[in-house]
Amino acid sequence: MPARPGDWVQIHRVVLAPHERTGKLPEDTRAVPFESWSKGFLVGRAADETVGGPVDVGVAGVSVGDLVEVETVVGRRLRGRLVALNPGYDHGFGTTYVPELLHVARQAQAVLAEAHRDRDRHDLAGGR
Amino acid sequence: MMTIVDRGNGTSVGDRSYDAVMARNGAIMRAALGVDYAGYESGSIAFDYDRLMGDVGYTVDDVREAQRRVGVGNTPLLELRRLTALARQCAEDGLGARIFVKDEQTNPSGSYKDRRASMSIVQARELGFRGVAAATSGNYGAAVASQAAMAGLKCVIAQECYDSARIGQPEILEKMRKCEALGAEVMQLSVGPELFYSYLLMLEETGYFNASLYSAYGIAGVEPLGVEIVEQCHSLLGKAPEHVIATNAGGGNLTGTARGLRIAGAHHTLVHGASVDLHGLSMASDHDFNRKSFTTGHTGFGMPYATDPDHSDVPRSAARPLRYMDDYLLVKQGEVFAMTELLAHLEGMERGPAGNTSLAAAFALARTRPRDEVIVVQETEYTGAGKHPLAQLSFARDMGIEVRLGDPDDEIPGRSIVLPDHPSRISARYADLERMRTSYIRNAVDHVGGAQAVGGGTGIASAVDVDYLVAETRTDERFVRRTLTNLGVGFSGNGAVIRT
Repeated sequence: MPARPGDWVQIHRVVLAPHERTGKLPEDTRAVPFESWSKGFLVGRAADETVGGPVDVGVAGVSVGDLVEVETVVGRRLRGRLVALNPGYDHGFGTTYVPELLHVARQAQAVLAEAHRDRDRHDLAGGR
Repeated sequence: MMTIVDRGNGTSVGDRSYDAVMARNGAIMRAALGVDYAGYESGSIAFDYDRLMGDVGYTVDDVREAQRRVGVGNTPLLELRRLTALARQCAEDGLGARIFVKDEQTNPSGSYKDRRASMSIVQARELGFRGVAAATSGNYGAAVASQAAMAGLKCVIAQECYDSARIGQPEILEKMRKCEALGAEVMQLSVGPELFYSYLLMLEETGYFNASLYSAYGIAGVEPLGVEIVEQCHSLLGKAPEHVIATNAGGGNLTGTARGLRIAGAHHTLVHGASVDLHGLSMASDHDFNRKSFTTGHTGFGMPYATDPDHSDVPRSAARPLRYMDDYLLVKQGEVFAMTELLAHLEGMERGPAGNTSLAAAFALARTRPRDEVIVVQETEYTGAGKHPLAQLSFARDMGIEVRLGDPDDEIPGRSIVLPDHPSRISARYADLERMRTSYIRNAVDHVGGAQAVGGGTGIASAVDVDYLVAETRTDERFVRRTLTNLGVGFSGNGAVIRT
């Protein structure tokens, strides 16, 4: 499904290629690019990465992977490769339940219940 | 038919290359902070911290009024009776201090960070900025976005969110969602310190205010938290609490709270820092990034920022935790998840796990303290998708981390998360504060350029330097002088100049 000017999209950019990365970095980080992702309203297809250059606004639509320019919610113009149209949120409460958590809670309830019983027993026996 | 529009209005940014932008760091930050830090320097190790904080120009009452207007502060102080009872069941006779919590999640964006953000926005408005920005993967981003929304300012938040496989940490994805829900633009970056470069470029391009976590205004925003604790305890209990526990990462939380406690006259209240122990993980590692279940409030920030506060995005940080910390408790990831579950099941309060780091430390500490003592846990945070034990533990398993019940001491960050198999396993472990203090002094000397650069190139630390270091480390002259001597720094006094 092509994205059209005005659509809400997400773009991606390689900010620094691995060989351009700097300073004291662990080897695993140095080996991968430094990347950014941003969202905005699609302005149009871009010819190159320099914001301020020509933008193609009349085209029928752009596809994932195309170089585009967007306008962010604060009005900034950014360029990058289109990665998603109308990106939603897919983080949630995990793919599975973790019953160990419930065990922790039930155990604590049992400890408190035991303490309560001990107290009642103690009181019944006339202790203070 | 294609239409090509020549925009013509490029950004006013010059050379966008990494080296060129980092070389402009000082100039960009000066413009984005509106504060000239040079005036606080002594020319040697010391700087005038009291004047930095005094220049905020707001009394605690002024801050409280400013915060009242934006719905920040005056959070409930709640007694956690069943957690206290549980601690007593896991303690020797006569032990089991009372545990209270400040429910900071009642603040507008769901955490105590609103206190800091409210003052950041006050400062931005005073200085005439039309937008604000912050570099944070944490709750502070949402807090800044929230306060910016109230003030009609634009907002950009830069966060480190994805690893090289484009896997997002669930907690940080929720922060993104929250910031966007509040109208902010979110810049998402992959792992690495180069986030600062991207952040600088954005600041330069937009001319927005850098709502730094380390500003004096932000720390002043936390002081009322300490004051409220004292007032509420006096009202409820007729005394100040014996203990306050503040989660420690960048140090602002603990610094502001401790300063507030002192302002309210609670000079005997012990201030404990608390962090999740993530020793062994590298914070700049692409591999390790998604193999930890806490993105803040952990030793990955807590250790470096305590021992080197001035390596942040401001020349001199107003967050100086070693100045105020009586001790530093370390807790395990599994212990915090367990406490989060217990807070829900035993006290009916569902809260985000990252906000329960201090609660875990409090439970451990309570087991060792007399029953008539009071421990106040200084925060909670909101919970939701991503900010939840299920989200984090499920994610951990997906990333190959072993999640099991057992002895928390067996937990290996990055490899396992061990939920305590009995509440009595939740233990008080202390960081080596003396070693941190020594480290701090060494870093302070490095900061001016090394031993020979101290004292403007004389290699001698002045009395001002020594007094400053005593205050910064909560030690004494003997400790400071011995440490400086070991570092090859001489000091004046008694007419004798000692050099090694």
